[in-house]
Amino acid sequence: MSAQAAASRRVWRRFMHHRVAFVGGIVVALLLSAALFAPVLAPQDPTLLDTSVRFLAPFADPRFLLGTDELGRDTLSRLLHGGRVSLTVGLVAMATTVLTGAVIGIAAGYLGGVADTLLMRFVDTMLCFPQVFLLLVVAAFVPPTLLSISLVIGLTSWMEVSRIVRAEILNLKEQDFVAAARALGASRARIMFRELLPNAAAPILVAATLKVASAVLMESYISYLGYGVQPPLASWGNMLTNAQGYFDTVPWLAILPGIAITATVMGFNFLGDGLRDALDPRLRMDP
Amino acid sequence: MIGFLLRRLLQAVPLLIGVSIIGFGLMHLAPGGPLAVYTLNPTIQAQDIERIRVLFGLDQPVHIQYAKWASGIFTGNWGYTFFGGRPVLGVILERVPATLLLMGSALSVAIVVGLAIGVLGATRRYSVFDILATSGALVALSFPTFWFGLMAIYVFALELRWLPSGGMWELGEEGSILSLLRHLILPTLVLALVITATWSRYARSAFLEALQQDFMRTARAKGLSPRVRLLRHAFPNAAKPLIALLGVELPFLFSGALVTETIFAWPGMGRLFVDALTMKEYPILMGMMMFTAIFVIVGNLLADIAIAAIDPRVRLS
Amino acid sequence: MAETLLSVSGLQVHFPIRAGLLRRRVGMVRAVDGVDLDVARGETLALVGESGCGKTTTGKAILRLVDPTAGSIRFGGEEIARRGQRELAPFRRRMQIIFQDPYSSLNPRMTVGAILSAPFEIHRIGDAGQRRARVAELLEMVGLPQEAARRYPHEFSGGQRQRIGIARALALRPELVVGDEPVSALDVSIQAQIVNLMRHLQVELGLAYVMISHNLAVVSHVADRVAVMYLGRIVETAPREALFFGARHPYTQALLAAVPEPVPGRRRTRHVARGDVPSPARPPSGCHFHPRCPLATDACAREAPVPREIAPGHRVACHLVQP
Repeated sequence: MSAQAAASRRVWRRFMHHRVAFVGGIVVALLLSAALFAPVLAPQDPTLLDTSVRFLAPFADPRFLLGTDELGRDTLSRLLHGGRVSLTVGLVAMATTVLTGAVIGIAAGYLGGVADTLLMRFVDTMLCFPQVFLLLVVAAFVPPTLLSISLVIGLTSWMEVSRIVRAEILNLKEQDFVAAARALGASRARIMFRELLPNAAAPILVAATLKVASAVLMESYISYLGYGVQPPLASWGNMLTNAQGYFDTVPWLAILPGIAITATVMGFNFLGDGLRDALDPRLRMDP
Repeated sequence: MIGFLLRRLLQAVPLLIGVSIIGFGLMHLAPGGPLAVYTLNPTIQAQDIERIRVLFGLDQPVHIQYAKWASGIFTGNWGYTFFGGRPVLGVILERVPATLLLMGSALSVAIVVGLAIGVLGATRRYSVFDILATSGALVALSFPTFWFGLMAIYVFALELRWLPSGGMWELGEEGSILSLLRHLILPTLVLALVITATWSRYARSAFLEALQQDFMRTARAKGLSPRVRLLRHAFPNAAKPLIALLGVELPFLFSGALVTETIFAWPGMGRLFVDALTMKEYPILMGMMMFTAIFVIVGNLLADIAIAAIDPRVRLS
Repeated sequence: MAETLLSVSGLQVHFPIRAGLLRRRVGMVRAVDGVDLDVARGETLALVGESGCGKTTTGKAILRLVDPTAGSIRFGGEEIARRGQRELAPFRRRMQIIFQDPYSSLNPRMTVGAILSAPFEIHRIGDAGQRRARVAELLEMVGLPQEAARRYPHEFSGGQRQRIGIARALALRPELVVGDEPVSALDVSIQAQIVNLMRHLQVELGLAYVMISHNLAVVSHVADRVAVMYLGRIVETAPREALFFGARHPYTQALLAAVPEPVPGRRRTRHVARGDVPSPARPPSGCHFHPRCPLATDACAREAPVPREIAPGHRVACHLVQP
């Protein structure tokens, strides 16, 4: 291939990657705004029951743009509020995951020795359990408040983050600036969190973005099964709980929330993927 | 090789112990304790609960309970269900074949298709196919498996009526291979979607990495055809990370199987798990956690052995 | 005679080599194998030798960045070789280090201002305003503009980064600074600048330096005294003139003979070392240099020579050198 063609391929590739991440970023921004302003944007009160207007199809009635459900609640409003709930859970879960994973990863990476071995064995052990199994068992145990759901999802997904962070710390540990900090008498805590952590920001940011996506997926699944967000509070997951029963009469009730979930997860995935390529090509091999 | 094998087996032991501790701990952390189904039931008398407690050996100190339970796991006595008193291991093993069938077929589809897409993408980097495949994989990864299953049922079973909407066999046709296959298609494809996407991305990365190595240039300079270069030179080197991926993705495969089974009413372990959750059958829940964890540990062990068999450097390290 | 600030004797730093299933110790790397040296207040002791001779490890051991396996390190009269990291805190203010690699010795995610105020933060000195003032002082001292405090390390050249490293080392007004090949990674023209800066600061602040280097030309400009290391041991220690014009140890002579740009006036000797440097994990018996030494005798293979003072301030560890 000529040098010209190779160069234009490179440019094309960089553009595509940026475009993909860019689209993801736009989607995420839109979703976050919609979630934030849901109470303002929603045309109806999502909890308002009115069986006289149940099972309306989308666009049939201008008051209920996306139709109504079996209790006459406006689907659009429920989607907006449900999105708020799902995204909140996703973000809090992500924060929990990143916090736990980063702390454990930094401690294992920097302290080394017995601490490292113990922590990493713990990580390996946790990774033997399928996440959904673990999540369901613990979710079934705790009273399902938004906070507890978020924490449970967060506390079952931190393992990969800790591995990524540990790997980064192991690389950084040998740098002279760490030795310089030790020579100045810095405490281990200071070295871990003031010197090392900021340098691990890139992989943590990528992981955080991707973890929101996976947290939203997890929430939707456990809410669908009834162990997550409890009605009457709407989340995209629990809006699908009776979906199989809707197919005959009101299929859109089964389709719309799923589209919302997919779009959200896609947005975060694209954004995270793009961030990873942009920030550090080294990370490409990680899932 | 023997040395490697022994070392690897030795490494698996602390994992097994750790897994058993977590499994045991989880059950005992449940609100209402392991006998929640009874303690939380207002109609059961306190002294009956006490009798059940003694019966199940739950009045003894925690570490004794753990020791008994752990040694039971080892010897095949995985406890008995609360309802019906059936041996847990037996109940689980009944469901295993169905799940393994589902997981196996999904994995096969995923590996074949994922590899194909990944390799094609790697060899035609940045072509239209590659861009579509890469983005497509990312999109596929974003679908909630359970919703995708629901949509698949809606389209193929209810609207088009090509395929059945659930279960493993048509009523009255148990044992018929044809019926089984018809019922297997949708769940397999649904489960395979996400796994194929992951595999195609990894395969693409692994092959790209292998293709960029110096030995590939040597192979080309030797005048070897593209097919030979791909199959005999690139593939064995790309295979190593992919086999490792198999081991790592096992838990995810189980998770996906659970989801798929609930949607398609597939009578496997996943369904059993969800039913046990509803009925608060902790012995079954714990048994299944242990089963999946042990399966994953063994799976990773086998994957590592396979890698060591291919790559002599691993054996010697 | 200036007071002795640092006194090292019998220093050993051994690293275990582990292998096998149970990570058993299968050997030892004797990086530092019995080192004695003294540094007086305000003087520069150069520690020279080829790569792998243990000079960097010695420098790190002095600062307790590496734990000594045996031996004594006395700083300001107090023994610090065995102290725990907590107890070393007061000493951290009195001795510091400048690193070789200007690219990895500064935290890429911290501004220069943050890097330079870190020493004050760690030792809880002053408030934010006072720290800013001290940072400004430091920048001026090393010849960097004030606005550098807002920038990040990657915006500076190698020489400038090394100035920042020097500023950091001097922040707490130490008495002793170990320079671990501080100019080796810099362009030759910049090396002179940095060396001159270090000398100027030494005079101004009364610093003692341990200058670790493999570059004898640089050493000849800055050192008051020179110690030559080979495979973990010091083979010769002498005042600068005596070493460059009257080296007695065969290894020192071989080193000097190998220097491409001759030190003016130096007599060339004809002794050249044979072969390669052995591994520090398997040092030769007796005198470590004997397999390569053109003057080796049987005694050299049997017995390790003890350093002997052959002239005031001039010590040599060789069986064949008489006072």
